[in-house]
Amino acid sequence: MSANNLTAVTGKANSKSYAAQKRTALIASYVFLTLLSILWVIPILWVVLTSFRAEPGQFAPTFFPRPWSGIDGDTKFTNAVFTLKNYKDLFTPREGFDFAKMWLNTFIVSACSCVISTFFAVATSYVMSRLRFKLRKTFMNIALVMGMFPGFMSMIAIYFILKSIGIHQTLLALVLVYSGSSGLGFYVCKGFFDTVPKALDEAAMIDGANKAQVFFKIILPMSKPIIVYQALGAFMGPWMDFIFAKFLMGQHYDTYTVAIGLYSMLDKEHIDVYFRQFAAGSCLVAVPIMVLFMSLQKYYVEGVTGGAVKG
Amino acid sequence: MSQKNDGSEIKVPDSLATKLSFLIMGFGNLAHKQFVKGIGFLAIEVGFILFMIMGGAQNIINFFTLGTVETHDEVIPGKILPVRVFGDNSMLFLLFGVLTWMIIAGFVFAWRANVKSARQVQKLEMQGKKIPSFIDDVKLYLDERFHITMLFLPIIGILTFTVLPLIYMIFIAFTNYDKHHQVPGNLFHWVGLTNFGNILIGDKRMSATFFGTLVWTIIWAFFATFTNYFAGIIVALIINQKDVKFKKLWRGVLVLTIAMPQFISLLVMRCFFANYGVVNRTLINMGLLKDVDHAIKFFDDPTLAKVIVIIVNMWIGIPHTMLMSSGILMNIPQDLYEAATVDGANKIQMFFKITLPQIIFTTTPYLIQTFIGNINNFNLIYLLTGGGPSNTKYYAAGHTDLLVTWLYKLTSDQADYSLASTIGILIFVISATFSLITYRNTKSYKEEDAFQ
Repeated sequence: MSANNLTAVTGKANSKSYAAQKRTALIASYVFLTLLSILWVIPILWVVLTSFRAEPGQFAPTFFPRPWSGIDGDTKFTNAVFTLKNYKDLFTPREGFDFAKMWLNTFIVSACSCVISTFFAVATSYVMSRLRFKLRKTFMNIALVMGMFPGFMSMIAIYFILKSIGIHQTLLALVLVYSGSSGLGFYVCKGFFDTVPKALDEAAMIDGANKAQVFFKIILPMSKPIIVYQALGAFMGPWMDFIFAKFLMGQHYDTYTVAIGLYSMLDKEHIDVYFRQFAAGSCLVAVPIMVLFMSLQKYYVEGVTGGAVKG
Repeated sequence: MSQKNDGSEIKVPDSLATKLSFLIMGFGNLAHKQFVKGIGFLAIEVGFILFMIMGGAQNIINFFTLGTVETHDEVIPGKILPVRVFGDNSMLFLLFGVLTWMIIAGFVFAWRANVKSARQVQKLEMQGKKIPSFIDDVKLYLDERFHITMLFLPIIGILTFTVLPLIYMIFIAFTNYDKHHQVPGNLFHWVGLTNFGNILIGDKRMSATFFGTLVWTIIWAFFATFTNYFAGIIVALIINQKDVKFKKLWRGVLVLTIAMPQFISLLVMRCFFANYGVVNRTLINMGLLKDVDHAIKFFDDPTLAKVIVIIVNMWIGIPHTMLMSSGILMNIPQDLYEAATVDGANKIQMFFKITLPQIIFTTTPYLIQTFIGNINNFNLIYLLTGGGPSNTKYYAAGHTDLLVTWLYKLTSDQADYSLASTIGILIFVISATFSLITYRNTKSYKEEDAFQ
């Protein structure tokens, strides 16, 4: 009682300095956030600027491109700062770099593995969360244990398995590699199903539904956030991974994905010629993913937080 | 469920049909007119026997010998030049050996299911109950055995793309499959624990590399996890203050970088900090550095390279933790704070007594996962520094190499597969010990059903 009164009194006395303090804190917050935003935007801005840069070579002496005169390939520039030539060159196939094809390859792989791995992950996590059977805990523990081996330790073995059935340099191989084991990644999704009240299932069962119907007709329709989360992750995977893709494809340019393509543009022997094209390619890869990600951000956050709550 | 419990208390002696199905799979089902099931079991048995005769048995023998005939040149009478004769391929022998073991395990599983099924129909018949038709069985897989239907394909995927390769690679760790024993030219053999001995104590250079890299891996994982974690929380707190405007904008700017494919941001960062890169150029233009020859060589100095790696990781990781802790912050019930205000708590007290415990409670599993993820954070190191600067005291590893990137280099550059596998197993032991201790103590593991 008395303690409460005391704070009330001191609170009133300090209200003026408190307001001033609050203002300073707010200004400091804005300054901090602005600095932070600049730091985070600079690299992205730089890639975009570089993708339009007229001056050739890997590194320009200034952050913002400067006017440049000279001949670059078949185009003559006089005091040019920006150009679309980099994008045009990117889509002109040469020396095995066929960006349009790589883009299409990646898209096909992404779309297929997105469907398969979302189904695998959602099915597994639903089973682990809602159904009770003998080997459930065993399965979960085994999954946990297997997740702790470094992923590409098994890369060589997978390579030889795929080679022995003769599909190691195909897009199908990539789809299988990206989605094959996705049943193991059920933790986040299971966290979501764990929070759905069991009473729903029970009510449906009383009405005579079997377990398959409960899943397809009741649980699945209300799991949109987690499905989107899972699908988004699976779709983005092939755009970003290059280790497996590189290992499987080797020098087989026809089935390259954008990640390997862009990475090899930065090889020592290519970098001077291809650097601006690399920047242009990066923009073209990043833009669709950014749009997709931004528009589905809500679900992503729900997925992350929902998963974090229950591991 | 009812089927399982039927008569399980009474031991019934096996009938002739059941006994015969020990030998001829599916006999019990066929005798009770469950044709589809019976023929299915029978087909499995016939297929298995054929497989073992056609090569399965040989595979098992090969698994133990790993090949006996080396590639050699043979002088054949009538020909002037000796002819190259290709020997056994130890690598394929091992792979098919493992595959055969898995098929045998699968067969044993099917055989047990067969016996169980035969006993069950026998019981049902003795109790005079209706023997389920094929249709009834199918229906069962949509209801009581729905988990089998759902898990069938995912488990096939896991077996082919995780279990088989993993078992194979674990076996490789116990062989001498290295650059001196390359297939198909040479054979490799079982060597027991030699590789582990070499890495841990035997080979001076190897163990120096292993322990040096291990220490850096742990330091890295610790800093990478906690810098991101706390910085992300702080940023989230600042953005989520009541008076701060344009929340969506601030958040959006950071989220933009999540959406950017990681390998692109990493490659860009590599160019950024290169000797002739943007950072050095900017410093020169600002007059802080004299010229390009005096540029800061970020990736040539071990300590500097390590610091850069951690800083770049913050650039990549903070948006993730910010997004996550924002979500958690918004979910903390406001009345908790109101109650605390009524009780006279100040902001700092509220932070340490309400906000922080809530965040830590909800994110512990995430923290553990991130820590393990960072131990295995291949992309960041490989794309940013490539493990460099090189370290002459190490075997095939640089100063910033983590255990995983070392593993990768051993496979792709050195072809020391057995060493790489051994390191893989050691990484596993480290991560497993760590997460078993921590994960099993978290509330979300213990109170799995709390929300249901």
